Amino acid sequence: MAIVTSSNKACSSNPLKMSQPIGGSFAFLGLRGAMPLLHGSQGCTSFGLTLFVRHFKEAVPLQTTAMSEVATVLGGYENVEQAILNIYNRTKPEIIGINSTGVTETKGDDVEAFIRLIRQKHPQLEKVPLVYVSTPDFKDAFQDGWERTVARVIEVLVDPVDAAAPRDLSRVNVLPGCHLTPGDLDELRTILEDFGLRPSFLPDIAGSLDGHIPDEFTPTTIGGIGVDEIATMGQAAWTIAIGAQMRRAAEAMQARTGVPFRLFERLCGLVPSDVFIASVSEISGKPVPPKYRRQRGQLADAMLDAHFHIGGRKLAIGAEPDLLFDISSMLYEMGAQLTAAVTTTASPVLERVRMGEVVIGDLEDLEELAKTRECDLLISHSHGRQAAARLNIPFYRAGFPMFDRLGAGHQMTVGYRGTRELIFDLANLIITDREDNRQPTPDTWRITDNGLHVVPPRPN
Amino acid sequence: MTSLSATIQGVFNEANCVENANKSAAARKKGCTKQAQPGGAVGGCAFDGAKIALQPFTDVAHLVHGPIACEGNSWDNRGSASSGSDLWRRSFTTDMQEIDVVFGGEKRLYKAIREIIRKYHPSAIFVYQTCVPAMIGDDIDAVCKIATAKCGRPVIPVNAPGFVGSKNLGNKLAGEALLRYVIGTQEPDYTTPYDINLIGEYNLSGEFWQVKPLLDELGIRVLSCISGDGRYRDVACSHRARAAMMVCSKSLINVASKMKERYGIPFFEGSFYGIQDSSESLREIARMLIERGAPAELMERTELTVAREEAKARAAIEFFKPRFAGKKVLLVTGGVKSWSVVAALQEAGLEIVGTSVKKSTMKDKERIQKVMGHDAHMIEDLTPREMYKMLKEAKADIMLSGGKSQFVALKTATPWLDINQERCHAYMGYLGIVKLMEEIDKALYNPIWDQLRKPAPWDDADVSWKAKSLAQVEVATVDVEPNLERVEKARGAKRSFRCQNLDLGVTKESVVALGSTTVDDIAQRTKAPDVCGASERAIVDMTAAQPTSTQQAAE
Ligand code: SF4
Repeated sequence: MAIVTSSNKACSSNPLKMSQPIGGSFAFLGLRGAMPLLHGSQGCTSFGLTLFVRHFKEAVPLQTTAMSEVATVLGGYENVEQAILNIYNRTKPEIIGINSTGVTETKGDDVEAFIRLIRQKHPQLEKVPLVYVSTPDFKDAFQDGWERTVARVIEVLVDPVDAAAPRDLSRVNVLPGCHLTPGDLDELRTILEDFGLRPSFLPDIAGSLDGHIPDEFTPTTIGGIGVDEIATMGQAAWTIAIGAQMRRAAEAMQARTGVPFRLFERLCGLVPSDVFIASVSEISGKPVPPKYRRQRGQLADAMLDAHFHIGGRKLAIGAEPDLLFDISSMLYEMGAQLTAAVTTTASPVLERVRMGEVVIGDLEDLEELAKTRECDLLISHSHGRQAAARLNIPFYRAGFPMFDRLGAGHQMTVGYRGTRELIFDLANLIITDREDNRQPTPDTWRITDNGLHVVPPRPN
Repeated sequence: MTSLSATIQGVFNEANCVENANKSAAARKKGCTKQAQPGGAVGGCAFDGAKIALQPFTDVAHLVHGPIACEGNSWDNRGSASSGSDLWRRSFTTDMQEIDVVFGGEKRLYKAIREIIRKYHPSAIFVYQTCVPAMIGDDIDAVCKIATAKCGRPVIPVNAPGFVGSKNLGNKLAGEALLRYVIGTQEPDYTTPYDINLIGEYNLSGEFWQVKPLLDELGIRVLSCISGDGRYRDVACSHRARAAMMVCSKSLINVASKMKERYGIPFFEGSFYGIQDSSESLREIARMLIERGAPAELMERTELTVAREEAKARAAIEFFKPRFAGKKVLLVTGGVKSWSVVAALQEAGLEIVGTSVKKSTMKDKERIQKVMGHDAHMIEDLTPREMYKMLKEAKADIMLSGGKSQFVALKTATPWLDINQERCHAYMGYLGIVKLMEEIDKALYNPIWDQLRKPAPWDDADVSWKAKSLAQVEVATVDVEPNLERVEKARGAKRSFRCQNLDLGVTKESVVALGSTTVDDIAQRTKAPDVCGASERAIVDMTAAQPTSTQQAAE
């Protein structure tokens, strides 16, 4: 049970963390016909845009209120107004999602009040949903921006439901954390549908960022959950929340509509998948289809085959809390030793990570820990590649951003199938590394001052 | 902030900038960058521009003072190459927290500088100011001054918070920082009459190394490259160069012209993109060096090298000409490199249907006009929707652009090539231009396009599967009584058997439809008494697979 510490450096070097407003925009990207808008200077948006494009290799809609130095001092009402009008006129969005940034939070713009005024002045905007979320850059991280934005979308867009009203038993709401990929969401959708359920994903980045070719050009998101569907989420029988970060959103849903929720902190690994499938079976009142019994068997077999390679590995992992908890727990259950862990922001799951200490810090911290503790496998987003190269250990990319490999959107870690794929990928990585870099040489067992100094190849 | 705005004004009061000289006083004050539109298209901020200009200095630490947004979201996103230190690839930021915003971030900044020096021993630290600390009044100039004195190492403030303007302004502000704090602060170990500076060259994908061997061969020494694969000490000594070449015509002109003013280093604007431009640039370098005292024989050697390389490149391009005949290119480069790329493409016989000039200066536009003649299709500002339309209607066979618009092209199943900073190929010099042609050829002739442009079978009205299956359903319902002729007609006389004795009309379907159960029966009904062995086996298989009406009745 981990102690959470914070590195006390003045300088963050090789940051693991990304900013909160970008996380918020990411959530809005899972809504259909959406235009996320960052209230700040243009650079913040441009960087966010580049980040998403490099990760998903997709066109990404993202706009800015383009705060200049003067506007920042005077307050941004006019910029917000002009931005909303421009977006409305040019791109006809179904929703505009607005996140604040460090610049506008430092000034203290009251955007909610701006929006009320804008609506008064421009009656044509009456029907356009405008959702605002406060997400200063100088607080928290990417994951927090996502969770706040999803919770806010629920508060603003879900129609309240009378607690006594009849519910549609075949409908479930799914609130996925930002650590899930479009591929993960597709897998979850398949599982739920196999049990005869009709899921509504909020946000649904699978609909918008799964890399398909749309029929027509659209300047907004090309898919995702529609505002109309969000409004009716209160009719569902259950809410399934995935990742501890989604507790707040699930609670917001329950408070507004009375829909009860089940929170699954993890979906990677045999046991968490069992728990999930059993729950879905309960919720749907249907037995587990043979397909999943088969997949379970395949996962069990994969675990047997891979434990030779993964067992005993000293793992260094850097990721946002929920992803870190999920993957590191699975690897712990595969016999790996969690040796170094760095994350970006506080979370209740961190205490349950199965190791001594989790550091809220940067990739420099991870690299140093991995070096002193002689880790032999590193997992983080793409920025970790430099550290892994310097340490000369195998590197697995997980999380966001993954800009130097293809298929980030389809990588999958949930359920029996996702876990199996992850296990194979990791084991193969380790095997390749052994073949390429860990062959014994005459030097390996060289005589040193202390006699026969054993420097064997890393145990495999 | 007043000193910053003075610097910005200074940047625009650029005596050597032809652009500015031709403008009215008011227009000059505004500068050459348009204010970004709220809710309109987005570009990078001034901080972004400053970092882009300076980050290719490889042996210094680049420390970004601000909340996580500016650096955390952006680091490691450009492919400049280094032949030495990789310190520049590390990312440093003060990651300001709420408490720093309230109480000021100067202390944290100072500590961060000390930490970096202790851990990484950089030759210098560049400290970048961003919006939030600028708003709360953090004085990075003062902090850097103290840090320089206390740590005994140059700590240089780069005052370009994002909200003062665009990326391009940021480039220039970075240049100002160099002029003010770096250039001329050290002396080179020795000088030669062949020393040049390159300004605004970033060595993306290591492409400058495609040109460097030519300079080496001619004995021309790059005293400092600002900033691709640059070293701090080299820039500090760069004031001793004999001449300079401005490689990117927009980003660091203030550096080139102030170095001319202060140190008398003449410069010219040149490019290493395209054969002609490469040759002209080499000649111009030689000419300037000779003017400033290098032996005249340098020109002869230059001409020899140029002739040799040109011949090689031209011969290589010949190969592509027939393959490029009639092919049309849409060029969306953001303007900066348009004109040099245009020349290169035309050299290979490609037709240019349009080139965006959104960020081009008047001079750039004139150049494009010159190389493309009167039919220069300059497009001021192409929205993604218009771009999509153009490509969907096949107005161009290939699009060359920066990464951000690539998906517009790809989603219309149009070949696309990255010619901006994120590209992974080097296109500079004589080698580079051949490489560019190779890449265009690869993209144009990739077999995927034919496959991708075909609609899915169910989307094609002519061979609609739905219509087909409906037709079959119709046949099945009409055929209450199995009847050989009808079945034959419906199915078409498709031969299922290679047996010469069998009636042409016998198909698998007819066997099934007739409900025949024995080979004899089939032979009888198809008027083919001597069925060959292979056909017999096939018929037996078919009838066995088909439950007969009697079997069905029994069940
Ligand atoms: S606009 Fe300002 S806050 Fe935003 S990225 Fe640029 S410097 Fe940072």
